Amino acid sequence: MSSNAGPGAATQEIGTVLARQDVKDQLRFIICGSVDDGKSTLLGRLLYDSRNIFDDQISAAESESRVYGTQGDSVDLALLLDGLQAEREQGITIDVAYRYFETPKRKFIAIDAPGHEQYTRNMATGASNADVALVLVDARNGVVTQTRRHSHIIALMGIRRVILAVNKIDLVDYDRRVYSDIVREYQAVARDLGTEEINAVPVSALTGENVFTACGNTPWHGGPTLLELLENVEVRRDELAAAFRLPVQWVNRPNPEFRGYSGTVASGHVERGMSVVASPSGRQSTVERILGPSGDLEKAIAGQSITIVLADEIDVSRGEMIAGTDSPPEFADQFAVHLIWTDSQPMLPERSYSARFASASGIAQITDLTHRIDVNTRNRLAAKTLELNEIGYCKITLDHAIPFDPYSVNRRTGSFVLIDRFSNATVGAGVIDFALRRASNISWQEMKVDKATRARATAQRPCILWLTGLSGAGKSTIADRLEQKLQSLGRFTYLLDGDNVRHGLNKDLGFTEEDRVENIRRIAEVARLMVDAGLIVIVSFISPFRSERQMARSMVEDGEFFEIFVDTPLEVCEERDPKGLYAKARQGILANFTGIDSPYEPPERPDLRINTTKVTADEAADDVIGFLRSKGAGFG
Amino acid sequence: MPVLNHLDHLESESIHIIREVVAEFRHPVLLYSIGKDSAVLLHLALKAFAPGKLPFPLLHVDTTWKFREMIRFRDETAARLGLEMIVHVNQDGLARKVGPISHGSRVHTDIMKTEALKQALDLHGFDAAFGGARRDEERSRAKERVFSFRGASHRWDPKNQRPEFWNLYNTRIAPGEGVRVFPLSNWTELDVWHYIERENIPLVSLYFSAPRPIVRRNGLLIMVDDDRLVLEPGEEPAELQVRFRTLGCYPLTGAIESKAGTVQDIILELTQSRSSEREVRAIDNDRVGSMEKKKQEGYF
Ligand SMILES: Nc1nc2c(ncn2[C@@H]2O[C@H](COP(=O)(O)OP(=O)(O)O)[C@@H](O)[C@H]2O)c(=O)[nH]1
Repeated sequence: MSSNAGPGAATQEIGTVLARQDVKDQLRFIICGSVDDGKSTLLGRLLYDSRNIFDDQISAAESESRVYGTQGDSVDLALLLDGLQAEREQGITIDVAYRYFETPKRKFIAIDAPGHEQYTRNMATGASNADVALVLVDARNGVVTQTRRHSHIIALMGIRRVILAVNKIDLVDYDRRVYSDIVREYQAVARDLGTEEINAVPVSALTGENVFTACGNTPWHGGPTLLELLENVEVRRDELAAAFRLPVQWVNRPNPEFRGYSGTVASGHVERGMSVVASPSGRQSTVERILGPSGDLEKAIAGQSITIVLADEIDVSRGEMIAGTDSPPEFADQFAVHLIWTDSQPMLPERSYSARFASASGIAQITDLTHRIDVNTRNRLAAKTLELNEIGYCKITLDHAIPFDPYSVNRRTGSFVLIDRFSNATVGAGVIDFALRRASNISWQEMKVDKATRARATAQRPCILWLTGLSGAGKSTIADRLEQKLQSLGRFTYLLDGDNVRHGLNKDLGFTEEDRVENIRRIAEVARLMVDAGLIVIVSFISPFRSERQMARSMVEDGEFFEIFVDTPLEVCEERDPKGLYAKARQGILANFTGIDSPYEPPERPDLRINTTKVTADEAADDVIGFLRSKGAGFG
Repeated sequence: MPVLNHLDHLESESIHIIREVVAEFRHPVLLYSIGKDSAVLLHLALKAFAPGKLPFPLLHVDTTWKFREMIRFRDETAARLGLEMIVHVNQDGLARKVGPISHGSRVHTDIMKTEALKQALDLHGFDAAFGGARRDEERSRAKERVFSFRGASHRWDPKNQRPEFWNLYNTRIAPGEGVRVFPLSNWTELDVWHYIERENIPLVSLYFSAPRPIVRRNGLLIMVDDDRLVLEPGEEPAELQVRFRTLGCYPLTGAIESKAGTVQDIILELTQSRSSEREVRAIDNDRVGSMEKKKQEGYF
């Protein structure tokens, strides 16, 4: 304690310092500029003016300025930053560097991604962790190719807010017009890229003009200084606004009484009592406890590392994603993505890579490289491969479906990296545009064992073979032969006969209009359940109305329903009349008999037509099997 | 709606990194150096796994030249928290009587610290080692990754580090390889102190000002911690009111004159300070870029 200040004064001072910490937030921004735009000088200026540089660091820079500096006898602020010795000796910087400075209001992490060769990779890496971009332009050169390139990369990485610093304004005599022309030109570039917010400021990194304070040389600039812009831009806005996502990192089970799911809230917020669902298992529960870094919480928000305890004993493991039941993530195994290649070995389509998403990991294959993107012009170019630092638009297919969100909606759950399975190098970074093949939506209770699992167990592709035709057309005979043949081929089958169903499941139904519709609905529903169970279901059912058959078809997925028309002319059926029904109908004993006093609507475009006047039941069954094979259905 | 201040943000980010390592690696260890950064790291690790226990041991590489107070604090901490604390000494170096005074800072650090660390990692088969290093410590660290990969001989190859996109860390390694993981990468010295204040984290008393026996050597204020520090002719230890800004081997660690006796005093002092913490480490003054050289050889 110094003698002239009482303890009270000192206490108050520390009180202010500590109180500020409580409200001080953090902004991560990436600084982009091409070589010699003054990026290092500007960063040095920010560190220097915010008094985040110590005297010994300044004197080290002073002594180095004499060896490497470009500023004659005065300190080269750029030298406050240089890192690796090799780079310093070559006078270039080639990697992503992180700088820290703070003001009473905010702590800043400046992400500096310089260098020529690795530019795209470094910028993308830096941008992936930034909230905002600070784009630097040399007032003498204006918006150049590199400016467009940087802006394109940051836009691709999801940065929607940009601060444009027009540097070296001292070298254009603080000319207002030069500045406003550049701002206008940049706005046009950014508009094309979907940038939502641009704030511009004319600065001189060298003199400090408009960096921390306006020194009076740009009276025409009424706007805030660079620091004011940095201090006031809203942080982590999109993350907080998005739906709740918790990728499960680790299951905490210290003892049989406690089971918690640990992870960092990727977006949104979670409260106690909230009902949640784990993807992909589909298991639901309620949040019973939330443990934050300092104990129990009522509520947790994006960015917090938490452990949640659920009310029910459901099994959730690392790689799953917990979300609110009202807004679960999408679920798919095939995506259209933008991919940045970061390895010196070129990308090989069809080769499999290990993929790492926010929650899940898997094996990914690039199935289709749609085009490459020229980062300077944004033109689409034909490509067979991607080289280091190239960006492509591709399709990737995973070995299993994963929960995700499109990157435009959620940067944390819509991004991934690709890893070479042999060298273990990080070879690519991607952002999900959208899902190409959506797996079943899991907003409802999906069982872990699903249709696909059962189909795998039976090694066949389940489907419905719907035999329609007049009474006596030969449906039952063909169905019977068909089932025998499929069984002998090792298939799992079931034969659903319309007449038989009327004796059991549908015995409460008569022949009114509603009852007929209900009759067919139930048959179709049973068939659908059996497909779900993994069976090949043969339905033998007159089903005279097109609309009814259409309804049955619509109850299963595409490629699972085949309409087979057993096409036998009425005269032939009536002649065969195995059950004597036509005779009764003709005599008026049976009413509403199909073909006699009730219409039969033949299929317009059946998947298969069988003419029983030309083939035997046995041949017809073979035809159906041949048809199935040609469709890749039925068989595994 | 609760808001996260910058310390909350750093805290959660570090916990995320620590959990990721435990989920992905077979045999992690926390390199515990007894200093303030280790104290914060340990505090965060305990939080990451609460209410469970720490799922990995601590490793202290003892050069045998640490301040006596540090060793006392280390053993107290392990006992208080019920931690598994592995202490490793390079026995070969000890037998050869390697020390900072007889062999100089470079040789001593190489053998008793760098070499000893490699020995311990190999001996126990650790594949991931947490360290408390921060990017703001030295310019060469500004580009250090959170996950720093080391080849089979623990070498760090600056050209061969993996880009770190989002918080999706690539944790794959080949057998025999390892990683050093730095959960405090984004913390500054001031953040560390603010966090210690906020969380009331116990520290070695050497950080706080007290009268201590000091001699001046090569511009550093060296504390006479035991009689291995042979006094040169004319050298006379003087009682000075000092504290330490970083801790290491006592003959290599300079004290600073300070009256700061509490964490709050230190924060006030730091906000007004004009010199970096590395200025008081003898190892750095060798030459420009020396840290980077050390790192390539496997020094932390
Ligand atoms: N006159 C003037 N020169 C500047 C300004 N900013 C940077 N420079 C100079 O431009 C050159 C390149 O700056 P540097 O920061 O190394 O550029 P970087 O390659 O983008 O990091 C150096 O000679 C700087 O001193 C500025 O605002 N005004």
